[in-house]
Amino acid sequence: MTDLTQDMGEGASGPARPANSIFAQDARTKRRNAAERRFRMYGVIALGIGLVFLVALLFAIVRNGTPAFTQTFIHLPVELSEAKLDKNGNRDIEQIKKVSTFGYKPLIEDAVARALEENGIASPFEDAGDLTDLISSAAAAQIRDLVIANPDMIGETVEFRVLAASRVDGYFKGRVTRESLARDKNLDAEHLDVADALKDAGVIEREFNWDFILGADASESRPEQAGIGVAMLGSFFMMLVVLLLSLPIGVAASIYLEEFAPQNKFTDLIEVNISNLAAVPSIVFGILGLAVFIQFANLPQSAPLVGGLVLTLMTLPTIIISTRASLKAVPPSIRDAALGVGASKMQSVFHHVLPLAMPGILTGTIIGLAQALGETAPLLLIGMVGYIASNYPDGIASGFLDPNSAMPAQIYEWAKRADPAYYERAWGGIIILLVFLMTMNIIAIILRRRFERRW
Amino acid sequence: MSIAKLTASTLAIAAVSATTAAARDQVQIAGSSTVLPYASIVAEAFGENFDYPTPVVESGGSSAGLKRFCEGVGENTIDIANASRAIREKEIATCAENGVDEIIEVRIGYDGIVFASQLNGPDFTAFEPSDWFTALAAKLPVDGEIVANPNNSWADVNADLPDEEILTFIPGTKHGTREVFEEKVLMQGCEDTGAMQAFLDSGMDEDAAEAACMDVRTDGKSVDIDGDYTETLARIDSNANGVGVFGLAFYENNTDKLKVATMSGVEPSTETISSGEYPVSRPLYFYIKKAHIGVIPGLKDYAEFFVADEIAGPDGPLSEYGLVADPELADTQAKVADEVTMDSSM
Repeated sequence: MTDLTQDMGEGASGPARPANSIFAQDARTKRRNAAERRFRMYGVIALGIGLVFLVALLFAIVRNGTPAFTQTFIHLPVELSEAKLDKNGNRDIEQIKKVSTFGYKPLIEDAVARALEENGIASPFEDAGDLTDLISSAAAAQIRDLVIANPDMIGETVEFRVLAASRVDGYFKGRVTRESLARDKNLDAEHLDVADALKDAGVIEREFNWDFILGADASESRPEQAGIGVAMLGSFFMMLVVLLLSLPIGVAASIYLEEFAPQNKFTDLIEVNISNLAAVPSIVFGILGLAVFIQFANLPQSAPLVGGLVLTLMTLPTIIISTRASLKAVPPSIRDAALGVGASKMQSVFHHVLPLAMPGILTGTIIGLAQALGETAPLLLIGMVGYIASNYPDGIASGFLDPNSAMPAQIYEWAKRADPAYYERAWGGIIILLVFLMTMNIIAIILRRRFERRW
Repeated sequence: MSIAKLTASTLAIAAVSATTAAARDQVQIAGSSTVLPYASIVAEAFGENFDYPTPVVESGGSSAGLKRFCEGVGENTIDIANASRAIREKEIATCAENGVDEIIEVRIGYDGIVFASQLNGPDFTAFEPSDWFTALAAKLPVDGEIVANPNNSWADVNADLPDEEILTFIPGTKHGTREVFEEKVLMQGCEDTGAMQAFLDSGMDEDAAEAACMDVRTDGKSVDIDGDYTETLARIDSNANGVGVFGLAFYENNTDKLKVATMSGVEPSTETISSGEYPVSRPLYFYIKKAHIGVIPGLKDYAEFFVADEIAGPDGPLSEYGLVADPELADTQAKVADEVTMDSSM
């Protein structure tokens, strides 16, 4: 009793908990808790670093790439002079075709001089020819194409929307300054004064450039004309080959391995090799493709068909692994039930197991395709880098067999070129590629969310 | 069942490709990445002005291009190889072995090799071949003895140069440009400084002395760039004291970042190169497979269009981009028109 009251008295003045109380943390527990807090903090820091990198990357891509989607255009009424384009005046198409794009230069010269005059801008140049440096050399081809398609228009004055030269475009985008032009022999600061005046007059405008998304590649001297459209078609035909070959082969191989094959050393060996193949660097498939498809099988160079075959080899292991995983996830009770009511092994697979595994298979396929879409290394070896994507394929067979590039290869090629204007286009190309990859991944996620069943 | 379908579809694709592969209507070109910009400009203009499809130009280097060119005759081989150097005897022999015995050599013009550094960096404005040799050689004769290159700063090499640590970015050995750099800069410098004689005096034979002249130090002061000029530019961008080797056309497109140095007192430009004053230049070529003329539509038209005055002449778009026009262009035009092959012209 006395002990108790004594204790209580002491408790009132200040608690002295027993050493083994669960409220008092001993040194070891404190260390353990601190270690846990530290570990959580490390996790948050790691996540933070990852996010910072992601944001920095996306920011860089968007900032560098968005200017590629707009382009500076000049609205120019051009007089299609009969004296220059059709000397005989008989509108013979063969005669008109003989006038090359160089023959159209004087027309553009006149048109620019007139545009300046109409807007009351004094030309700082003695020679009217210097003014044409404002305009892309693509303009001559644009006018010639129209004249050849409509010879009747000769003699009329037609309003064209022509591309401005890449340095003029760069000036309005802030890439080119008067100081940087001081040492540049392609354009002078006076040109920029004229460009500013024309912009005020509404002759020069910066507009959204569909040709960047839909157009063909251009040569080194005309970055303003280059587009990723043809390379996009090349990628499309390659993906078609990959889908048509790797999905049936991959699914057939996995069904056999998973449902029918006996478990022995040989199938084990195959399994190990499939997993290994998934980790093989893609350039290896490129050199294999060069040796087998081009040098041995004599398939055409730079063709999307060959590119597709190479990427198929690369995608197959991914598809097989994901298909096997989703087949494995179907519970054995379903197979047993099917076999129990008298279905054959094949019926049980095709009527019950495969439909249930389908969402997983499709997800794996789409992710494999997305991987193949972004792949550049094997394409370098089969001749898909260079000035390749210059013609639209004119049909299905031509799409598979005519030389073409692919989106990532085109981006690589642009990044290599000398003119800084191509650098901007490389970033723009990355945005388009990313949009495709994101769309494919989102489709994969939706498929998985909506159709996947859990047991 | 799916396996049967699959085999059928694979066979169908193979059959389609085998039949259609036999009809190519497009000129195919591969080779030097130095010639690629010019070839792409010509190919684009060719596609615009003729009814043929635009030719396809692949890059990959002179040697790789010529190797593919010499693989044989047929629609699955390329028609034209671009090269930043002349074809070698050995390559002609390989070609002949594979049935490519009629080759038309076309010289399209000259390309200058320039030495440039950061626009706002140290004053690297004038070089001599001897400066480059003394800065880059692996071994140098000092007081009668051959020792490892002791120079760390450009000022050690030549008192007129800035006192900056030596850091150069030169083309890797797979580039045709490296060969020109070795011959016209390092060899020249080696002879100018008397190092060549010193190597010979030290008991080396002629070949060993030449090799010693072109041997570049490997202690990190000189970096081989195996990629393109864009990579060299990126290195220069991040190293204020770096000096890089570029093509004239590349430099002219990037004058906002680079400043060029004179070599032996001459500023590189299309004029000084065509007059022969600027010492570091080389001819550019393309090679046509004569057996393909008449088989591949547009091949001869492309070659003639390439060397036409309005394209490769001094006022043409190639010259505008940085190619130094060939003063003997008329001879080349005649050669292409008559399809003169290398053997008969030799």
